[in-house]
Amino acid sequence: MGGTPISKSISDVGGLLPMSDSAVATEQVPPRGSRRTGTLYRGDPGMWSWVAHRITGVLTFFFLFAHVLDTALVRVSPNAYDEIIGTYKTPVVNLLEVGLVGAVLYHALNGLRVMLVDFWSRGPKFQKPMLWTIIGIWVVVMVPGAYFMLERTARDLFGGN
Amino acid sequence: MTLALDKPRAPRRPSARRSNFELASWLFMRISGLALIVLVLGHLLIMNILDGGVHRINFAFVAGRWSSPFWQFWDLSMLWLAEIHGGNGLRTVINDYARKDATRFWLKIMLYVSMVLILALGSYVIFTFDATIPTTN
Ligand code: HEM
Ligand code: HEM
Repeated sequence: MGGTPISKSISDVGGLLPMSDSAVATEQVPPRGSRRTGTLYRGDPGMWSWVAHRITGVLTFFFLFAHVLDTALVRVSPNAYDEIIGTYKTPVVNLLEVGLVGAVLYHALNGLRVMLVDFWSRGPKFQKPMLWTIIGIWVVVMVPGAYFMLERTARDLFGGN
Repeated sequence: MTLALDKPRAPRRPSARRSNFELASWLFMRISGLALIVLVLGHLLIMNILDGGVHRINFAFVAGRWSSPFWQFWDLSMLWLAEIHGGNGLRTVINDYARKDATRFWLKIMLYVSMVLILALGSYVIFTFDATIPTTN
């Protein structure tokens, strides 16, 4: 690897290297990251797939906290629950729900990819094509998904029959 | 959490290595992830897309669903697996980014308290759900 100071590339990756995608670095592949900064991993699509996995996981966890609290209102009274669930039906929150579904779907698909990298003998070799595959699946599911989730809101907002 | 490496050809591993907790946690993330694909993606499909989506959700809808042990069991499994999977993931995130031991300690205490609270409340709600609870106001 043309003059890359190996000690620097290791320390650069530091505590950010996730266990699974690190399999990428053990394969003899040409460096994908910036040669200028001398890292193999930083800037690679594999790194961004991990950053997105982490952000979507944390976001879903915080949503779950709020979600269990709002569901608990079924123990207070029917109208308390109906009122809070009413906010889920407003246009802005409806849009946020599409974002949540997109985040969870990405996290699930990428989680599956991480497992294939870990457990399937040819997983590390195919980690990159698998990334494009899950992005493709995500788009194919989200386009009709977003349509069905927003259809009613759009009709209420912009009229029609 | 200092990362200690063995000296080359060290005769014995340091005793800290004898705990398999991180291995168990790594394995749990993958096994629970597999179950959550069905549980959470199924939940999202039912709640947001099928049969009118979020607009048809109200108290009566929940009462109908939780009259069936199948959906009670589905929701209880999803609650426990998602909360422990997500909480364990957040533990990793805290370990990665908290720089001071005290910060890390208190963030984890907050995390564990919130997990106990959510697991207890969520389970209580499923087990004690009462479709005949009176309307207020
Ligand atoms: C906008 C999206 C969502 C909607 C509209 C929604 C709706 C609901 C509804 C109506 C219930 C009541 C129980 C039932 O009818 O089965 C419920 C319960 C539950 N949901 Fe969701 N949900 C959403 C997203 C999620 C996500 C992403 C997760 C997981 C991370 C999740 C986890 C749960 C759990 C664990 C319960 C049981 C709560 C308890 O034990 O009190 N939900 N959800
Ligand atoms: C839907 C199915 C899901 C699958 C297949 C899945 C899979 C995974 C896997 C395999 C990991 C470990 C990644 C690694 O070791 O590098 C992980 C991490 C994580 N997951 Fe999930 N997960 C799912 C749902 C969820 C849910 C519902 C939540 C939130 C409540 C969540 C929150 C997290 C968090 C916070 C992490 C830690 C991320 C990190 O360390 O960077 N996941 N997930």
